[in-house]
Amino acid sequence: MAEAQEKQSRIAAGWSNFIGWVDERFPILETWDYHMVKYWAPKNFNFWYLFGVLSMVVLVNQLLTGIWLTMSYVPSGEGAFASVEYIMRDVEYGWLLRYLHSTGASAFFIVVYLHMFRGLMYGSYRKPRELLWLIGMAIFAVLMAEGFFGYLLPWGNMSYWGAQVIVSLVGAIPVIGPDLMEWVRGDFLMSEITLNRFFALHVIALPLVLVMLVFVHIVALHHVGSNNPDGIEIKKNKDANGVPKDGIPFHPYYTIGHDLPAIVAFLFVFCAVVFYAPEMGGYFLEKPNFEQANPLKTPDHIAPVWYYTPYYAMLRASTFPLFGLTAKFWGFVVMAGAIVLPAVLPWLDRSPVKSIRYKGLLSRVMLGLFVISFIILGYLGTIPPSGPATMLAQACTVVYFAYFVLMPWYTRVEKTKPVPERVTMR
Amino acid sequence: MSQGDQLSLKTAEELAESIDTEKIDSQRRYFLIGATTLVGAVGVVGAAVPFVASWQPSAKARALGAPVTIDISKLRPGEMLGPVPAWRGQPIFIVYRTPDAVERLEQGNPDLADPDSANAAQQPGYAQNAWRSRRPEIGLYVGLCTHLGCSPKYYGEVAPEPFDPNWQGGFFCPCHGSRFDLAGRVVKGVPAPDNLPVPPYQFVSENVIVIGEDEETA
Repeated sequence: MAEAQEKQSRIAAGWSNFIGWVDERFPILETWDYHMVKYWAPKNFNFWYLFGVLSMVVLVNQLLTGIWLTMSYVPSGEGAFASVEYIMRDVEYGWLLRYLHSTGASAFFIVVYLHMFRGLMYGSYRKPRELLWLIGMAIFAVLMAEGFFGYLLPWGNMSYWGAQVIVSLVGAIPVIGPDLMEWVRGDFLMSEITLNRFFALHVIALPLVLVMLVFVHIVALHHVGSNNPDGIEIKKNKDANGVPKDGIPFHPYYTIGHDLPAIVAFLFVFCAVVFYAPEMGGYFLEKPNFEQANPLKTPDHIAPVWYYTPYYAMLRASTFPLFGLTAKFWGFVVMAGAIVLPAVLPWLDRSPVKSIRYKGLLSRVMLGLFVISFIILGYLGTIPPSGPATMLAQACTVVYFAYFVLMPWYTRVEKTKPVPERVTMR
Repeated sequence: MSQGDQLSLKTAEELAESIDTEKIDSQRRYFLIGATTLVGAVGVVGAAVPFVASWQPSAKARALGAPVTIDISKLRPGEMLGPVPAWRGQPIFIVYRTPDAVERLEQGNPDLADPDSANAAQQPGYAQNAWRSRRPEIGLYVGLCTHLGCSPKYYGEVAPEPFDPNWQGGFFCPCHGSRFDLAGRVVKGVPAPDNLPVPPYQFVSENVIVIGEDEETA
């Protein structure tokens, strides 16, 4: 008994000696305190505050499975499609690695979209978190590019023509468009040359940028502190020790008490999809992509993967020329605008309150319409174009943009509710 | 510095005190900072050149884009050969139009966006006519929609189609619904802005076409 106790205390002493040795050479304790046990997170986080950590879980999954897939994948026009079949059939657990990666791509966008929606609801983009929001928008843009480049790699027919359509968007830029398109492809059409550079961008360039941006995102977050469902700055109300009265240590309260169970629950759902519905009825992995890329034959119906379809629907909704510029160019502008516009939210929102809980009716209605239009657009982007569908897409595009463009007006005129001093635990 | 001065190390504080801030020539300092930045920026731009230029089509890609010879002796009126991976690997449509179809092209169509092929970038001069081709019956077009580059499908017959009950024959792009007539001319009110491009080509004999080369480029 006493022997065991002595052994334990010697291990503890050894451990603290080791930590001490490291800490003299690297600020490990300071870093741990700053980011974990003395990072004061608002005590009223709810369900919506899980999606940040979940996107990090998915990021790790993508990096890990991605590196392993690279070991068996061949980035060549002749070999790419065959190597993906090889991974699926001959590589031990290759199918699992690939399904984890392809399902991870969809999961990434699900959690990131929900994470962004949280920001819209609770005004997380407002001062002093403007830069945090901008870094997040940069992560979103890089993520979209990363998904796009990755989608070409299986070299299926949908990969090929989907990429052709998106690269052709560049051609819509007046004057320099056609030359720029050739430069992006490195060829007169989508070819192995294009595949090779997309591979390089997908497996090294963008992941590097992504990881660095995520790091910077967290540094900025821990500098300004987390927002919360009430949109109250907890740093304004501190106790004698300088600790926010409404703050609790991030570790262990949120790490163990909040995030860990959520990660386990998320992994249950994620694995269920990986094992039982990795293709998700053609939404996660599209059927025409089980046929090798054919530069002479376009699939009958081209649709991007679901996470791009809202933007794709807006692109297609632009059907008429305006101010002497072609419908094609306007489609490009509308799509790019829809992606970039959320970045300026910190300067569009003029409400005296941050959270939707204390905003007025107009803000709630606009946010609701925005979400509905985004979902409808997402659906419309998956179906072939037709007259009524295009008109609906045009209406939804107007609503989508109205949410942003009218925000300076409706956030100012509406009557807001009084914000309490301290956070609420509802 | 006099002979007697010892070469001694100063502390940072002493050093800071010894600097006479009034004597700093800030204009000279800004000039030096500006000049260094400028030269550095020029260097960065120069260093970027190989990285940017390496994305241009390589010598191999350009060589694969060499002219291609095609024999059309088996092509019959009303049929289309292709898409054939000719010239720069792009799908090329070769249509053999019936006399009726040629007549329809010559009659003109008020629904076309650019009926007279005014956009010179879309075809060589010898194809700037009612058929957009060298011979009225044989038409050559790059089979990539000018909207977002899908490959349109050939619907050569005059027959009602789901996308147009009054269809006069031509090409239809399934991706975004753009329509073209049998001379590759785009219809008004569809997403595609331009007519299908005509590649440079010439007949070397009655039935043999070289695509990617004509009198001007040969």
